[in-house]
Amino acid sequence: MYTSRIERTIDAAIAAFLWGFRIVVILVVVVGSLLTLQGGRYSGDTWLRLVIDGITLGSVYSLIALGYTMVYGILRMINFAHGDIFMAGAFGGYFVAAYFNRSGFLNAGLIPTFLSIGLMIVVAMIVSTVIAVLMERVAYRPLRNAPRLVPLITAIGASFFLEYSFRGFFGPGIYAYPSISILQEQILPGIIRFRLIDAVVIGAALLMMLGLYLFVTRTKVGTAMRAVSEDMATASLMGIDVDRIIVTTFAIGAAMAGAAGVLYGLMFTQVYFFTGFIPGIKAFTAAVLGGIGNIPGAMVGGLFLGLAESIGPILFLDGLNVPSPNQLKDVIAFTMLVLILIFRPSGILGERLAVKRA
Amino acid sequence: MVSTPSAAVPGGTMPSAASSGDAWRSILRIGLAGTVVGVYLALVGIVPVFDKRPIVAGVVSFGQISALLTLTAAGLLAARQAQSDRLAVAYGGLAGAVAGSGLSLLVLVGQVIDLRGLTINAGPDLYALLTAGLGPAGFWFPVVLGLAVGLLGGVLGIVPATPRLALGYGLVGILVLGLFAGLLRTPMIAGGLGPLARSLFASDGLTPLGAVLTFVVVAGYVVLARALELRARYAAMAPARRRALVLPSAVIGLLLVVLAPHILGPFVAHVVALVALYVLLGFGLNITLGLAGLLDLGFVAFFGVGAYTVALLTSIGPLGIAHWPFWAAVPIAVVLAMAFGGFLGLPILGIRGDYLAIATLGFGEIIRILAGSDLLKGILGGPQGITNIPKPIELPPDHPLFGPNQIYYMALVFAAIVAFVAYRLRESRIGRAWMAIREDEDVAEALGVNLVQTKLLAYMLGAAFAGLGGAVFAALVGSIFASSLTVFVSINVAALIIVGGMGSNPGVVLGAIFLIGVPELFREFEEYRFLFYGVALIAVMRFRPEGLLPSKITRRELHTVEELAEEVAEPAVDVELVGEAAEARGSEAG
Repeated sequence: MYTSRIERTIDAAIAAFLWGFRIVVILVVVVGSLLTLQGGRYSGDTWLRLVIDGITLGSVYSLIALGYTMVYGILRMINFAHGDIFMAGAFGGYFVAAYFNRSGFLNAGLIPTFLSIGLMIVVAMIVSTVIAVLMERVAYRPLRNAPRLVPLITAIGASFFLEYSFRGFFGPGIYAYPSISILQEQILPGIIRFRLIDAVVIGAALLMMLGLYLFVTRTKVGTAMRAVSEDMATASLMGIDVDRIIVTTFAIGAAMAGAAGVLYGLMFTQVYFFTGFIPGIKAFTAAVLGGIGNIPGAMVGGLFLGLAESIGPILFLDGLNVPSPNQLKDVIAFTMLVLILIFRPSGILGERLAVKRA
Repeated sequence: MVSTPSAAVPGGTMPSAASSGDAWRSILRIGLAGTVVGVYLALVGIVPVFDKRPIVAGVVSFGQISALLTLTAAGLLAARQAQSDRLAVAYGGLAGAVAGSGLSLLVLVGQVIDLRGLTINAGPDLYALLTAGLGPAGFWFPVVLGLAVGLLGGVLGIVPATPRLALGYGLVGILVLGLFAGLLRTPMIAGGLGPLARSLFASDGLTPLGAVLTFVVVAGYVVLARALELRARYAAMAPARRRALVLPSAVIGLLLVVLAPHILGPFVAHVVALVALYVLLGFGLNITLGLAGLLDLGFVAFFGVGAYTVALLTSIGPLGIAHWPFWAAVPIAVVLAMAFGGFLGLPILGIRGDYLAIATLGFGEIIRILAGSDLLKGILGGPQGITNIPKPIELPPDHPLFGPNQIYYMALVFAAIVAFVAYRLRESRIGRAWMAIREDEDVAEALGVNLVQTKLLAYMLGAAFAGLGGAVFAALVGSIFASSLTVFVSINVAALIIVGGMGSNPGVVLGAIFLIGVPELFREFEEYRFLFYGVALIAVMRFRPEGLLPSKITRRELHTVEELAEEVAEPAVDVELVGEAAEARGSEAG
């Protein structure tokens, strides 16, 4: 292949730039961390607290990321509207919580609280699943064989449609989740600051991820899902109803996102029509971090992202004298997305799908 | 299909029981779809909110039309399922009634359960609207209305093309003119046409007389045009005579575009300036997205770079650093935005298309957060932004180029330059390389296209034009805040290109008028703007992935030869869309 000298020079400059970019990032991370740790403004307790926060947030990201990764694994499509499926679940959970709050059941003790939360999660999962299945049927299925940008643009359209439908239904205001006092109690007093809510979120997320993992690896439908994601044409020749498997995939991913919506609502105690946008992008980042198409990867990626977002601003930036570093936590998350795409497009555990020419 | 149980089918007088069962089922399905859409429109607020905008004053509002259209569409679709004309009308009425029953059910349920706790739009006002003011006792009204309108839809389904098109275009004409009535009335009164204006237009919407006149004129034109076969005659005309026809209308159109802000008043002037700005942005992104196929959702990042550069260099406020004139700052803004495009583009252009979209989305957010952060507060002003950006030319208020007008002309000129650059590039070697990449990266690379460099150039050019747009925006608004740099700017531009037609410049203009101009003009539309974007993106991708006014090349690529031949045979596939397109062309060309 003929390449002119100018083109080669530009290519060399590009390579040099990319190396410079990597070095600068590493420098910021290393120097920032060292300076912060040396400054010693934060006690071990604070760090521990940040780690717990990160794990809690990360398990929510993991749950959402599962939906991205499963759909991508099968359809090679970024379901941009997945964040809004998550938001729909948060809304569904809110209405159940508000109902139990009015009746007084929500705060009537440990068991009623847990029953209410369980029901909130179930309703949220149903709401999210119904919306996702409808969306697949109406918007995505007709585009199965379209060029790659077409489903992505449709998904962006679906995302806006969902967001602004919810805005139309429920108005632009913020809905405050009713407060559940019991969840704020420390369960390990004197050892570390670990609230019941952290335990609930981490526990529920772990339970669901374990269930999903068993479902995908041990059941017939799960095996069919893996087969379809491996090779759709061959799977359909083996007698697998591909359309049904795709719907199932959307439904399971949406159920996880719906549950994540309730957990997110319990953590941040508010929901409005735009709630899903940023967590959606971040969960996608988590899926890419872990290796998209890879279910354990989504779990690892979510935790990693949650930790980076929670610890990162202080660890990397505080030592560099950046004012109010917590404003920049989203910058850290999005930078990580770009970095992972440069350094290791396959993600932490993943196959090499992000770069076409592997 | 063959094994359809026909026992449950009432009135099975059709020749074959199985096919009649299918027909009943499809009627029911269409009716239920109409139900869902109708209830959705009511609860999402479109029916009640748009009810505040009359189309024909005192007769019908836009909200009512949205419900009526749903019912009519159900009737029309059901009529298509029928084998005979008489059945078609009956099917239409039935589907319409089923569709209306959803709204009836909503009214009834609303009496038992207080839906206000659940959605903000339910409540007595909505029920009154749905029952034509009868309240709960009139719960039957939607069903009867659905029956009537569905019958009408059924009739529409079977009448010959000419009356159908005449009726369709006539009603669309009333709808469009009714929406714009308020805008047309004011300048007409100011221009000494007061009595005429008042007899045609109410303060909002048409008068009944105006509506009838509009309908007669539009429908009459359609009937005449079809009778005289104007389209065929035009096609058969000698090129010289055709040019003689086109040239004057082009001149009139250009004159209207130039004079628009002066005729239509200061509010519209601001809106058309914004539309021109988005046309400029759209032409810019069209290089990245339309030609090279890179979906850049972080367009706003470079828009922000351009805007902040101009703000810093020209502002006479405390944060201004140079007090330069606007024209000196613009080239710097463009170059900086382009450099930023290179800086951000380099790391990510190796990755695949859909990842690129998300990564660029992340960039847009990074820039917005950084601009509003305490880190850069000393330079960029944080959330308070930079204010006191002077207009490019300082003029007294009574000058014709005062305020948004000069920005409008400036944006138009810039847009023309960008369109020219894009046009020349498209026909060049690099343009062909872009399109090759858009179609298939691997093949393009095998043919000797340097992927990273070629993509980078497209990305940087798009960024440069985004920077230019940002500069114009800063001058238009006079200030720039971090909160102006939301992802919606990127989505706006991407949506108007995709809906208008990727790679097509007329498509961008059409998209900007409909997706930017119309929502800005009407406050009710503004609330539902992104809902409409969502529907438009899904519908366009599903039914017309090349956009409404596609370029010839994209059109050829996305359709088979047979499909194209079919469309030539029957040009008006979708009455409403084509009507809108024709209306837009009409408003451009006069």
